[in-house]
Amino acid sequence: MAIKPLALTARTVTNALGRGLAASLSALRRGESGLRPCDFEDAALETWIGRVAGLEDEPLRGDFAAFDCRNNRLARLGLEQDGFAAAVAAARARYGPERVGVFVGTSTSGIGATEQAYRQRDPASGALPENFDYQHTHNVFSVADFTRSWLDLNGVALAISTACSSSAKAFASAWRQMSAGFCDAAVVGGVDSLCLTTLYGFHALGLASPRPCRPWDRERDGLNVGEAAGFALLEWAEPEDRRVVLRGYGESSDAHHMTAAHPEGAGAALAMEQALARADIAPERIDYINLHGTATPSNDAAEDRAVLRVFGADTPCSSTKGWTGHTLGAAGITEAIFVSLCLEQGLVPASLNTRQRDPELGAGVVLENRERPLLWAMSNSFGFGGTNCSLLFGRNDG
Amino acid sequence: MKALTVERIGLCGPGLLSWTAGRETLAGGRPYAPDPLPAIAAALLPANERRRVTATIKLALHAAQEAVGPASAAASDEGPAAALPTVFVSSGGDSEVLDKICAALTLPDRAVSPVHFHQSVHNTPSGYWSIATSCRRASTSLSAYDGSFGYGLLEAAALAWAEATPVLLVAYDLPLPFPLSDRRRIVAPFAVALLLSPHPAGGLATLRLAPAADAPASRLTDPELERLRVGNPAARALPLLSAIARQTAESILLVERGRGIRVEVEPA
Repeated sequence: MAIKPLALTARTVTNALGRGLAASLSALRRGESGLRPCDFEDAALETWIGRVAGLEDEPLRGDFAAFDCRNNRLARLGLEQDGFAAAVAAARARYGPERVGVFVGTSTSGIGATEQAYRQRDPASGALPENFDYQHTHNVFSVADFTRSWLDLNGVALAISTACSSSAKAFASAWRQMSAGFCDAAVVGGVDSLCLTTLYGFHALGLASPRPCRPWDRERDGLNVGEAAGFALLEWAEPEDRRVVLRGYGESSDAHHMTAAHPEGAGAALAMEQALARADIAPERIDYINLHGTATPSNDAAEDRAVLRVFGADTPCSSTKGWTGHTLGAAGITEAIFVSLCLEQGLVPASLNTRQRDPELGAGVVLENRERPLLWAMSNSFGFGGTNCSLLFGRNDG
Repeated sequence: MKALTVERIGLCGPGLLSWTAGRETLAGGRPYAPDPLPAIAAALLPANERRRVTATIKLALHAAQEAVGPASAAASDEGPAAALPTVFVSSGGDSEVLDKICAALTLPDRAVSPVHFHQSVHNTPSGYWSIATSCRRASTSLSAYDGSFGYGLLEAAALAWAEATPVLLVAYDLPLPFPLSDRRRIVAPFAVALLLSPHPAGGLATLRLAPAADAPASRLTDPELERLRVGNPAARALPLLSAIARQTAESILLVERGRGIRVEVEPA
């Protein structure tokens, strides 16, 4: 039996394509990438990044000054778009501030603040500068704490941090905590911002591409790190609701390796199968898959095998990382909301920058935008530690 | 209110080397002596991984292993642990690794170690656990700062009910290295693991939980145990563990700031 669907009653995205839903949708339609050669701080790396413009000049002030760091600035910027905070305020009035949960995914939270503080250590004592606030910036929970405080909510609040599946798994946590009765509605989201840790970390692993990333391409050679904030308000769907709903989710572990995906994509396939089972729907009915598609040679190969095993070669799919870069802990929410826009607009987006499909790969990757009605679409998010999450969205009348 | 059964417990902290060894102390039958924790071996992991793992990973896996039983967690053997979805909870993750990365980024070549980078993710212990036990089930890793244990318990309960299967909850935190230790004080390493079943019968105790109004958190009478409780987010579990050890019906409040979480404990 299918699980009870959750409606996305408000949503917003901010990323390298711009602030708010309209900027992303317009770029998706026009095939305009948000990637640029790396110009983050003084990082001297030959790679491309998906940077959100203007964050450097928009500090958090007043009551929220303690939270000031790039990650929470990005969270604030995200919450201010598309009337999202106002929609949450209405939900707060409806359910009560203690009955709206907050589930925010992040991989590095505000570690950038600690990177900066380490560069300003006292040369004699080694101590960190006085103004460094670990709890409200670097700590994993900081972005969830900020989100809860900014939205004036007082219920269940947690940060989910499972690397690049974090904000996809926020949907799963929200569904089960609402089912358990721990909250009546949920703000789910994901925020990850550029920092030296991830830029130099992926560089050290040899996974950062010196060019705009090319998912599924025969010449793909790595990912581009991006940054993003995305949020959705989740409420139980009414039968007459025509909005996009979460119909299923699947979560699994590879049990294989800390950084390398299972070569056959065994865990990824398990997550996709579970999402289909929760929605009680056959794979043939899925109209579009938004791939994790980071554009590293081995990740795309593993995901390809998993997609072929579950769906075969005919289901249209694409990675949107060529637009935004890999926004890590925010990839799940970013692509979930892209999927919801695609369902509404009847759009199968291309795999931007992919010129020639790798002949070794077989999934039905689309190279040009297609306009066609969509009823069901899946979004995949996988991460270090072998963590996998697939989300299945549909039109409630689907 | 739906119920949850605590089937088994794993414990690892100063003077509390395991649930079996620490139970009587937590029940008040033996004085608490906070002897420093000896070095822990990562017995569960294959030899090539064992060399690289940090104190955080070892501590989390050690407590987890006691909660599932030694027979069910043997390396590369699909024992009962392979069937358990998991929730891993830590206030701040592996600060030893994060410190090394931030220090490396101050040097001219900014050479971040690939091993440190992949171990820097919050879900590293979860990843190693799934590899060690061949477990492909769902696993969540989360933080709620000082409220991490309580919110992890809610997530584990919701997961057990949603999946209709026993779930393993592992909470762990360790002291931060200098200079981060100046800004976040964790007094001693502590980890607790609970094997939780959605079937309300048997086990060590039955729990009923719900978010609750703000109220003073439950405290411990022993001053050293209370110092550990307030000094380590994972040790916020101690009043609950103490109630289970005493086998008395009690109402425990877990979170100090923000919202509380009320846990009604019924002895088995």
